[in-house]
Amino acid sequence: MRAEDILVPTPAGVCCKRGGFHIDPVRPVQKALITHGHSDHARAGHGAVLATQETLAIMRLRYGDNFAGTSQAIRYGEEIKLDGVTVSFHPAGHVLGSAQIKVACDGFSIVASGDYKDVPDPTCTPFELVPCDVFITEATFGLPVFRHHDAKGEIDKLLRSVALFPERAHLVGAYSLGKAQRVIAMLREAGHDKPIYLHGAMEKITRYYESRGIDLGQVELVRGAKKSELAGHITICPPTAMGDLWSRRFPDPVFAFASGWMRVRARARQRGVTLPLVISDHADWDGLTSTIAATGASEVWVTHGQEDALVHWCTSKGLKARPLDIVGYGDEEEADVTPTEAEA
Amino acid sequence: MNRFAELLDRLAYEPGRNAKLRLISDYLRHTPDPDRGWALAALTGALSFKHAKGGMIRTLIAERTDPALFALSYDYVGDLSETVALMWPVDPHHRPNATPSLSDVVDTLSTLGKAQLPAQIARWLDALDETGRWALLKLVTGGMRIGVSARLAKTAAASLGDKEPDELEILWPGLTPPYLDLFAWLEGRGEKPSNTDPAPFHPPMLAHAIEDADFESLNADDFMAEWKWDGIRVQAVSGRDPEGHIVARLYSRTGEDISKSFPDLLQSLRLPAAIDGELLIMREDRVQSFNVLQQRLNRKAVTPKLIQEFPAHLRAYDLLAEGEHDLRGHPFEERRARLAKFVEKLSDPRIDLSPLVPFNTWDALKAARADPASAGAGQDAEAVEGVMIKRRDAAYVPGRPKGPWWKWKRDPMIVDAVLMYAQRGHGKRSSYYSDYTFGVWNGANELVPVGKAYFGFTDEELIEIDRFVRRNTIDRFGPVREVTHEGDQGLVLEVAFEGLQRSTRHKSGIAMRFPRISRLRWDKKPGEADRLETLEKMLAKLESGRAA
Repeated sequence: MRAEDILVPTPAGVCCKRGGFHIDPVRPVQKALITHGHSDHARAGHGAVLATQETLAIMRLRYGDNFAGTSQAIRYGEEIKLDGVTVSFHPAGHVLGSAQIKVACDGFSIVASGDYKDVPDPTCTPFELVPCDVFITEATFGLPVFRHHDAKGEIDKLLRSVALFPERAHLVGAYSLGKAQRVIAMLREAGHDKPIYLHGAMEKITRYYESRGIDLGQVELVRGAKKSELAGHITICPPTAMGDLWSRRFPDPVFAFASGWMRVRARARQRGVTLPLVISDHADWDGLTSTIAATGASEVWVTHGQEDALVHWCTSKGLKARPLDIVGYGDEEEADVTPTEAEA
Repeated sequence: MNRFAELLDRLAYEPGRNAKLRLISDYLRHTPDPDRGWALAALTGALSFKHAKGGMIRTLIAERTDPALFALSYDYVGDLSETVALMWPVDPHHRPNATPSLSDVVDTLSTLGKAQLPAQIARWLDALDETGRWALLKLVTGGMRIGVSARLAKTAAASLGDKEPDELEILWPGLTPPYLDLFAWLEGRGEKPSNTDPAPFHPPMLAHAIEDADFESLNADDFMAEWKWDGIRVQAVSGRDPEGHIVARLYSRTGEDISKSFPDLLQSLRLPAAIDGELLIMREDRVQSFNVLQQRLNRKAVTPKLIQEFPAHLRAYDLLAEGEHDLRGHPFEERRARLAKFVEKLSDPRIDLSPLVPFNTWDALKAARADPASAGAGQDAEAVEGVMIKRRDAAYVPGRPKGPWWKWKRDPMIVDAVLMYAQRGHGKRSSYYSDYTFGVWNGANELVPVGKAYFGFTDEELIEIDRFVRRNTIDRFGPVREVTHEGDQGLVLEVAFEGLQRSTRHKSGIAMRFPRISRLRWDKKPGEADRLETLEKMLAKLESGRAA
C-alpha cells in the first residue's frame, strides 16, 4: 500500500479516489470532508458534505441553508466506511468543531490535520494526537521564529493596558470565527468581568458559540453603545475594521491585534498595531515539529504556509517530506467578513 | 528584565507622546530601585556596552541553529536581534528558574571581560522569553531605536514628583545612574540633589510664531530684532571646577550634552559664561547652509578632517551668565550689551555676535525680513531663516512664555504637486489616510515623487483628502494606497517647504526640508501642477546664493 493509493493532491484539494471524496476542497466537488468552518477550508457549493455538527452549523451560518446539496454530521472518534476506506474525525484544537481527518485502508493510515494547535483553548476540544503513517500538516507558522509562548501572558498584557489607559477604548482585531471567542473566554478566565463589546459582523458566530455552552459573560454590540461608554472597555472586531471608518466611533483607541503574525515586529507595524498580542489558533514551530514527531509518521506532506522550512526540518530528521502546492488555503482573513465603509 | 522588556516592547509600537509618557512613568513608579534607574539610564542613552556587537550575536546563533533555517528566518524577519530573540532554542523543561534583573545585566556587563561575554549573553538568553531576549539584545548592542528621546524619558521621571522637566534637566549633569537620590527626591523621601556641575544647562527660552494680527497690539519701540540663523540652537556653558580648571560644555536646546561632537568649538569657551546662540558652519567668513551643517551632524566619528572641512562656529544671541553672575533676571537689552562686551573680550574667531536688525516701524522690519542681504546680513542672507523679535525689558524665562519673544520666519517656498500615494496614520489618525507622497512632472511627462508630508492641513481638510483617497484608490500596498494621478484627474496639493537639497534616495534627486500641505487646490488639474525643472531652478538658486 502506498500513500498515493489512498490520497492524492489535486488542484481542487486532497482527493481520495477510492472513497470518492475530497478533503477541504477549494472548488466545488461531489463529496467533501471538511475539517473546520474557516472560509478557506469550508466553501459553499459541494454536492455532499461530511463534517462535525459544529462545522456544519458554522457553514450554515455563513453560507445559508443551501450551503451544500446534502450534509451529514460525524462525531469525534466515530468511524464511517466510504467505499472501502474508513474515515474518522479527531479534535484538532483549532476552533469549535475543528477536526483532523483520518483516512485508513488495509492497515495504512493518513491523517489530514487541517489547521491545528496543541495548546489549551477554552472554546474547543483539545487537540488529539492520532498516530499515522502519513501526516498532512499545515505550515502557517512553519518558521522557527514563530514561538507563540503563553497566550495567558498576552491577555494579561491587554488587561494591564486597559488599567493604564482607562480613558481609551481598546480595539482587539481578531478573526471572526474562533479567535474572537477565544480571546473573550480567556479574558473571562483571567477574571475580567466587565462587558465586552463586539463588532456586528461577529455576532452570529459568537452567539452560536454561546449556544454550544461556552460562557462568554456579558457581550454587547458596539452598534448600540455611545462613544463615552466604550472608554475603558475592550471591543473585539475583525482585523480589517481597525483601519476603517468604523473605528472612528471609539475614544482614542489602542489598536491591539490577536494573531500569531504579531510575533514579527514588521508585520505588526505594517498594520499600524500598537498592542500586538501573540495569540494564535495555529501550532507554532515547536508545536508543528513536536506533533509531527509524535504521530510516528514516516512521511509528511506540508500544505499552506512556510513549507520550505518545515520540509527542510523533516528531511533533516530522516522523514520523507514534500510540499503540497494547493492554492487557496491560508487566506481566512481575506475572506473574513469585512464591514463596508458605508456602515460608519 | 521582563518588566523592562515589556516597556521597551510597548514603547516601540506606541506612536503617541502622551501614551509613551504614561508607559514610562508607570514603569518608573512600579519598579524598585535600582532597576528603574538603570532603565532610565538606558532610555536617556546614558548606558553603553563596548564589547557586544552584532557579529558576536551572529556567532552565538550559528552555534545553535540549522543554517538553512536561520537563513530562511532572518530573511523573513529582516532584523538580526529580533531573529535571534525569536529563534533562540530553549528547552521549556530546563529553563533556568531565575530570570536576570536589569541590574544583574548592567552590573555584570560593567565588570565582565570580553572573552567571557558570549557565554554570559547565552546564559541570559536561555533564561529569558522572546520579548526579554529581544530587549536584552537591543540593550547590549546599543540599537534601541524605540522612538523615545532622552527629554521624553526625563519628562516621565519628573512627573513622578510633579516636577517640571526643566527642573530635572538642570540637575541632570550632576546625576549618575541608577539615580537613587533623584528618585528619593521625586518621591519626597530625600533632599533635592544638587548639581555640582560647574557648567550646567540652563533651560532655554523659546519664542512663539508671530501672526499678522499680533503686530497691532505691539509697539515697535519696545522691541529689538535680530536674525534667526538657520543652524541649530545651542547653549555653550563654561565654568571652573573646584581645582580652578575650565569645564566647557555644549548643550542642545533640549539639554542634551553634545560637547563630544564639537571639540573644535569647545576649546574656544575659555571664559566662564553661558551663551545662548546658534551653531553654524563657517567657511571663509561665510555662514554655510543648513545642508552643510547636516553633513557634519550626520557623522558619528569626529575626525580632524571633518573638523577642518566643517568648522563649527557659535553665533551668540544672549548671555545667561557671566562668571558667577546669573543674568537671566536682567532685561534683554542689558544682557545684550554685556554679551557684546563679552564677545569682544573673548576675541575668538569661532564666536561672534549675532547682529541686531535696525528698524523703527514694523513695516521697516518687514522689508528687512524680505531682503536680509540689504538689511545687514550681506553675504550670509541665504542662511537667514527669518527674524527674532525680543522685548527690550524681557527677562530670560525658561519655556515658551507668550509675549516677550516672537519669531517671524521668512515665507516658505511653495510648489503645486500631485498626490500620488497616501498612507494611513498612527494613533488617533489610524483610520485616516494622513501621510501623503506627492510628485511633480519630469521631462518625460511622468510624475516623480519629490516628498512626503503629514501635516499642515486642517482637520476638515484631512477628512476631505481621506475621502478623496478612498474614492480614487487605484492600487493597494499594505497600509498604502496609490491614488489616481493623471493629467486631468487627481488632487493637486500646494506644498510649502523651507529648503531643498540634493538626494540620492529620491528618484527625483531632490529632497525637501519641512514639507507640509499648505492648501488643497481642488481648482487645479494635475496637469497644471509644477514641473521638476522648477524645483531644480530653486535649488540652483539656493546653491549659487550660498556657495560662491
